[in-house]
Amino acid sequence: MDILVCLKRVPLAGSTFLLTPDSRDVDTNHLAFGISPHEENAVEAGVQLIEQMGGSLTLLTLGSADAEEQLRSQLAIGASRAILLETDGEDWDPQATASALVEAIQSEETKFDLLLFGAESADNAGYQIHIRIAHALGLPIVTNVKSMKIENGVARCERVVGTQREIYETPLPAVITVRDGLNIPRYPSVPGRIQARKKPIDHKKPTPKVPKLEKVSLSVAPSNTGGAKVLGNGAEAVPALVEVLQTIGILA
Amino acid sequence: MILVLIDHDRGELDPLSLRALTAARKISDEVQAVVIGEAGSSLSGIAGEYGASAFHVATHAGLTDYAPAASGKVLQQLIAQLNPVAVLAAGSPRGNEQLAHLAALMDLPMAAECSSITLSTGADSPHLVTRARWAANLLEEANVHSDLLIATVLAFSVEAEPLSPPLVPTVEKFTPDLSDRDLQVKVIDRGGDAVRGGVTLADAKVIVSGGRGVGGPEGFTALEELASLLEGTVGCSRVVTSAGWRPHAEQVGQTGTKVAPDLYIAAGISGAMQHIAGCKNSKTIVAINTDSEAPILAYADYAIIGDLHKVIPALTAAIKEAKGR
Repeated sequence: MDILVCLKRVPLAGSTFLLTPDSRDVDTNHLAFGISPHEENAVEAGVQLIEQMGGSLTLLTLGSADAEEQLRSQLAIGASRAILLETDGEDWDPQATASALVEAIQSEETKFDLLLFGAESADNAGYQIHIRIAHALGLPIVTNVKSMKIENGVARCERVVGTQREIYETPLPAVITVRDGLNIPRYPSVPGRIQARKKPIDHKKPTPKVPKLEKVSLSVAPSNTGGAKVLGNGAEAVPALVEVLQTIGILA
Repeated sequence: MILVLIDHDRGELDPLSLRALTAARKISDEVQAVVIGEAGSSLSGIAGEYGASAFHVATHAGLTDYAPAASGKVLQQLIAQLNPVAVLAAGSPRGNEQLAHLAALMDLPMAAECSSITLSTGADSPHLVTRARWAANLLEEANVHSDLLIATVLAFSVEAEPLSPPLVPTVEKFTPDLSDRDLQVKVIDRGGDAVRGGVTLADAKVIVSGGRGVGGPEGFTALEELASLLEGTVGCSRVVTSAGWRPHAEQVGQTGTKVAPDLYIAAGISGAMQHIAGCKNSKTIVAINTDSEAPILAYADYAIIGDLHKVIPALTAAIKEAKGR
């Protein structure tokens, strides 16, 4: 089974955001980088599948040259090789990103049986790149999958909507996007890290397009409250909280 | 005219769709609604109450349950007939997914999770949107270069407001042309409740949520007692599910469930951005934390600085006493 996992290098933001002086980007000077949370589950799912069924696991990303760091750390988990579509680091809009990824996938000799994505990227959350790719490649797509079983060329997928579990089935090849909770991503082992240094990464330079969804600026969303009213310290503050609960109608 | 997708699950309305209708009404004098599948046809009345002047029901033998690619096809065919200036849906997993299928089919941009929309004023000017990024911690101003605007409305950025007096929409049947391929990915079965007990995170009026500060799985017993006393449920942060202390279904946050209860008690939760993203729409947030500098305090309405292992039992006792009076 040949599997492709798409991922994205993103800054690991803590609890506050700083923006660059031109308000176009997150100031990443003091931030470490990783991949979007759901994507860790996608890589883990890919590794488990090739461990069980054999085959290959290819990673694909579009981003700055620095994204090699994220590819290496996911190669250390068990992917076979990686493709880096190198940009100058500027955000590409979803249509441009999808079409560059499609071009890269189509130029591969390997015809992938399964294309895995995280359900959403941590930074852009456009909810569309995977769907655009599925349409461009003429493949079925199931999104937001929390549990997945592949048998006889069919993927049985479970997705949670509100309180209900929905079941979908799709024949392979297919695109599947996964959510946190699908599995517990492993940490890279020391031998894994050493092997990852030697695994191949193809560098390609995609051609940028004029964005149709054109970012103008970013701003930090206002906090709802402007800060908590501190009711006091420890158990002594409990009566004040009970009063609050009465005021807001939680307690009669 | 703006076309709004009214989402439903086998006939049961997704209330976020009413917010999308309200948002559409604020930027256009004429709003029409579409439901996909015969099961949604009973929603024409409520669509009128929230401002739809026409109600399109897409009917097809294959449209018996949620089938996102088919929804994209239906919308594409209906748009060709109606020629709206914008298509909106709720910023929910289903809303985003169905409109993304539409955008992919038409090769047009899509702006997901918009908190504000200004329609283009002429042929050469773009639509302007403000959309949520980074789990709604950042807002992006963006230009959308397309005649037809495809966008979803950020959940909770607008309250659903009925129109007074309500409209009685004309009901129009629409029969889309769908292939087996369009209907290939469809809900084929349901696995029953994904959560234990009666009250779910998404519906709970009160959530008592625990983080790293709870210290281990046994620490949640006190939170459960408080939650059941308030007729609510227990939630937790990502640290807690990653450590295996609680099931993933209880996780509140960007990678778990986004909640909006009347009361959210965050006990021993520092307030990582991804957690805030899941609870910031709660009506009242109370933080219980030993650290008076914890980021959660910037988002909470009230805070008690102290050890949750002392505060929670004291609170439980005080509420029992208050209820007993």
